[in-house]
Amino acid sequence: MSWLPEGIVLQGLAILGTTCGTVGCFALLRRQNLLADTLAHAALPGICAAYLLTGDKDLPVLLLGAAVSGTLGVWLVLAIVQTSRLKQDAALGIVLSTFFAGGLLLLTYLQNFPDGNQAGLNTFIYGQTAYLREEHVRWMLGISVVLLSVVAVFYKEFKLVCFDPDYAQTLGLRRRVLEFLLAMLLVLTVLISLRSVGVVLTVGLLTAPAATARQWTNRLGSMIVLAAVIGVACSWLGAVWSQNVPLTPAGPAIVLTASVVMLGSLLLAPQRGVLAAWLRQLAHRRRVRLENLLTDFYRLNEVRHDWEQPRNLVELAEVRGQPEEVVRRTLHDLEDAGLVVETDDGWRLTQQGLQEAARIVRTHRLWELYLSRRLDLAADHTHRDAEAMEHALTPELVAELESALENPETDPQGKPIPRGKPLSENQEGS
Amino acid sequence: MSQTPDAAARVVDLTLAQSSASSDSSAPPIEVHDLTVAYQTRPVLWDVDLTLPEGKLIAIVGPNGAGKTTLLKAVVDLISPAAGWVRIYGKPYRQQRHLVAYMPQRTSVDWDFPTSVLDVVLMGTYGRLGWFRRPGRAERSLARRCLERVGIANLARRQISELSGGQQQRVFLARALAQEARIYLMDEPFAGVDATTERAIIQLLRQLRDSGRTVVAVHHDLQSIPEYFDWVVLLNLRLIAAGPVADVFTPANLQRTYGGQLKILTQAAEALLRREEGRP
Repeated sequence: MSWLPEGIVLQGLAILGTTCGTVGCFALLRRQNLLADTLAHAALPGICAAYLLTGDKDLPVLLLGAAVSGTLGVWLVLAIVQTSRLKQDAALGIVLSTFFAGGLLLLTYLQNFPDGNQAGLNTFIYGQTAYLREEHVRWMLGISVVLLSVVAVFYKEFKLVCFDPDYAQTLGLRRRVLEFLLAMLLVLTVLISLRSVGVVLTVGLLTAPAATARQWTNRLGSMIVLAAVIGVACSWLGAVWSQNVPLTPAGPAIVLTASVVMLGSLLLAPQRGVLAAWLRQLAHRRRVRLENLLTDFYRLNEVRHDWEQPRNLVELAEVRGQPEEVVRRTLHDLEDAGLVVETDDGWRLTQQGLQEAARIVRTHRLWELYLSRRLDLAADHTHRDAEAMEHALTPELVAELESALENPETDPQGKPIPRGKPLSENQEGS
Repeated sequence: MSQTPDAAARVVDLTLAQSSASSDSSAPPIEVHDLTVAYQTRPVLWDVDLTLPEGKLIAIVGPNGAGKTTLLKAVVDLISPAAGWVRIYGKPYRQQRHLVAYMPQRTSVDWDFPTSVLDVVLMGTYGRLGWFRRPGRAERSLARRCLERVGIANLARRQISELSGGQQQRVFLARALAQEARIYLMDEPFAGVDATTERAIIQLLRQLRDSGRTVVAVHHDLQSIPEYFDWVVLLNLRLIAAGPVADVFTPANLQRTYGGQLKILTQAAEALLRREEGRP
């Protein structure tokens, strides 16, 4: 036995991954993943009933049963939401569990059937790739080609109806028709995946590749292509895993693979990832730390207008209320940035450092003044807020503050607001 | 001899042209007749009778839950009324969509949707394109011009989740412009935007009005109504009053619209009117 699954299985999974990835994008954007889950679970009694009625185990017959009971389940959800006071999540929960319970009951009943041979039906619960046969794959391919063509033809309309359905309707797009089409895409996709991934796990393959793709792109078109590729890759990886590790069913292996890839993307994606957000936060904190120490220099030296005076570690640590170790590290960072230099008597601002410090103090005092004038806050209540804002205000906002306050001279406590431009010449002279 | 049929043909042509452009000069841009809208059984608009004039800047004003948004949605056929009807230049909305641009509330969509600013503006051309046709070069250049008109041409390629509230509002405005309509219906175009954006938007609405378009906007700030708008519709489940600002925007009418809840604002509006009219 080769480590690679049979060719026919790989073909089937490629179709499955492409379809689930593509349709999953629309489901994700319309927040219909739980609806898809309910649909899949509600298919189980239909599969059993189809077998019970026809005695036939052909895939098309079973899938027809699945389609009927799945659609019935979704219709019930909508009916419950419309006629009762239950919200959609409650309706989904009720329908999902009820239909699934009915399906399990029917399965047990079939097991004790006189002519017995129900084997295979219970693989619909968790899926079974090894049983994929050529005729299955032909069916999957047929359905999938129809699905993908519908997406290609109605791409523009689907995009608009997902983004802004009301607006689409005012333009004359047939909203109901489009929403019905999207719902049918979901039904057919679930049907395709029932054989291989099973009713319980189908939602995973619908959701994870789409959510992964969203992390890496900001365009719907590339999101769909990427989701399809990820869907195929995860299905294949899961199948290989299942093939080579004993007692590993394919459905769970595929869904777990997709989940791991998604988890990685949630953490690592360049813009939307958790790690990127954390790094941005860290960079901001570092900036705040540097800027705060710079302004300490300014405030200390402001008393005597002696901007060149060096300050030692002990007094800086005391003013900042931080351990000397932390302050020393910050000073070294400032030195690397060329904003302070170390001298025999301690540390001193460079020209560049002084200008930067003046800019921050200026922002701080402008904001304090704005708060106290416009919101009538007491002068002693504005400092903390300004402490946060001085690092965040953009130059445009500062300019707007300036003109709103008509170029003020002093802050609420009466301290002078440093000018924006050449400060050292101005103030050293005075 | 041959002149008579020619002339007749021309007359027919003319009527055809008129009806296809739907610019029947006698019909008002928007006519609302006995409109009643109910959600479940609770009425949210009650028996509204309203005819709006062409080429005016019109505000719809009223307290929260007064049915302002519902009125707009009923005009563009998003809500089917329990009774009554709406006509756009004398015909049902279905036949007149191409003449109307609707701008929903900014908060009605998910701004984290994976698409770019230019793509959203292009959506304004979908109605004209019809099924299956994709926007091409002509649509793209139109969309860019619309972005220029709202002052954010530089943001065309930006992902929409990176926009500020004011920029989002401008994108929606550009999308409405791309429809090249004659009637613009806007749900709270000034909600949550900065002062610069508000000035830019009102300037644009005035341009539209000055070029003969009819602009209807749901508006919240009573103070700015005399400055911004020509016409005002006062609404609180029922139609309280509608007409030119000078005639209708009176303390008595505001009192009837808002009940006792906004004494200060009605007084402010009164003061403003007094000053505008040069009374002591």
